[in-house]
Amino acid sequence: MRHLLLALMLLLSSSVYAGEAKDLADDPVMERRMINLAEQVRCLVCQSETVASSRSDWSNDVRQIMREKMQAGATDQEIKDILVERFGKSVLFDPPVDRETIPLWIAPFVMLLVGVAVLFFQLRKRRQTVPETQLSDEAQKRAAALLNDEEEKQ
Amino acid sequence: MMRFILPLVVFLVLAAFLFKGLSLDPREVPSPLIGKPAPAFTLPQLHAPEKTFSSQDMKGQVWMLNVWASWCGSCKDEHPILMDLAQQNIVPIYGLDYKDKREDGRATLRNSGDPYTLAISDADGKVGFDYGVYGVPETYIIDKQGVIRDKLIGAVTPQNLRERILPLIAELKKQ
Repeated sequence: MRHLLLALMLLLSSSVYAGEAKDLADDPVMERRMINLAEQVRCLVCQSETVASSRSDWSNDVRQIMREKMQAGATDQEIKDILVERFGKSVLFDPPVDRETIPLWIAPFVMLLVGVAVLFFQLRKRRQTVPETQLSDEAQKRAAALLNDEEEKQ
Repeated sequence: MMRFILPLVVFLVLAAFLFKGLSLDPREVPSPLIGKPAPAFTLPQLHAPEKTFSSQDMKGQVWMLNVWASWCGSCKDEHPILMDLAQQNIVPIYGLDYKDKREDGRATLRNSGDPYTLAISDADGKVGFDYGVYGVPETYIIDKQGVIRDKLIGAVTPQNLRERILPLIAELKKQ
């Protein structure tokens, strides 16, 4: 729904400004496909925004290039490859898992494992350092008396 | 003893990472084009549109491709530095007028001086896109084989010129 709305808004805005993008942006199916792809691409000028939502000039250009490439029959993957070739993997919000990015992908799990291990050993150490206290007979009786007393009161 | 050293070590490691993070600019995306052949292009010259410039003509030379535009603010900051560099005749500087109106680009050079061996007009920004331009100014150092050896995002400053660009150019010229 959000995509559709965005596509509609873009369609409307392009007809208002009537730039050179007009004839290409007229195809709603391709426009939807373009927006869908643009949502996976980072705007390099405004880094936490997607190319789909950014209004920067650079994002405008990238969207226009996406339209042109789609018009020419390129697949989404081919367009992504073109972008990565020029701007690097960080242009994708979901970078591919490969030799360069694998540390980023596994680091959280490694940290979690380390945390769990530390917790485990700490707990074990604590159990060993707290000795089981042996009560004398007298102390045991007093404790029992106190406890029973509590019970009776209730 | 351990219970003090361990947190201290953890703290120091964290502090080192955070400190390093302070000096990193997330806008400076490392270009995947460094070490790759510079994308070939042929474009009209800014001053004489009927004549063209082709990047292939630069084979055998170390050259600098400076992406600029009349609408770009920090281009004005680096302009005097480029003028200075041009006078020293160390390296040919080619100016790619990126997504600019021809008249505006020419007016800028007429008013504040022209540091370029040749200014080229990339009116629709297609060549800029192929070079991975996303913020102007950007400067590329291209070697004799036509390989991009460095890309500077943002303005040329006396410091990065002295410490980064000139040493690289001197080294590439020797090759």
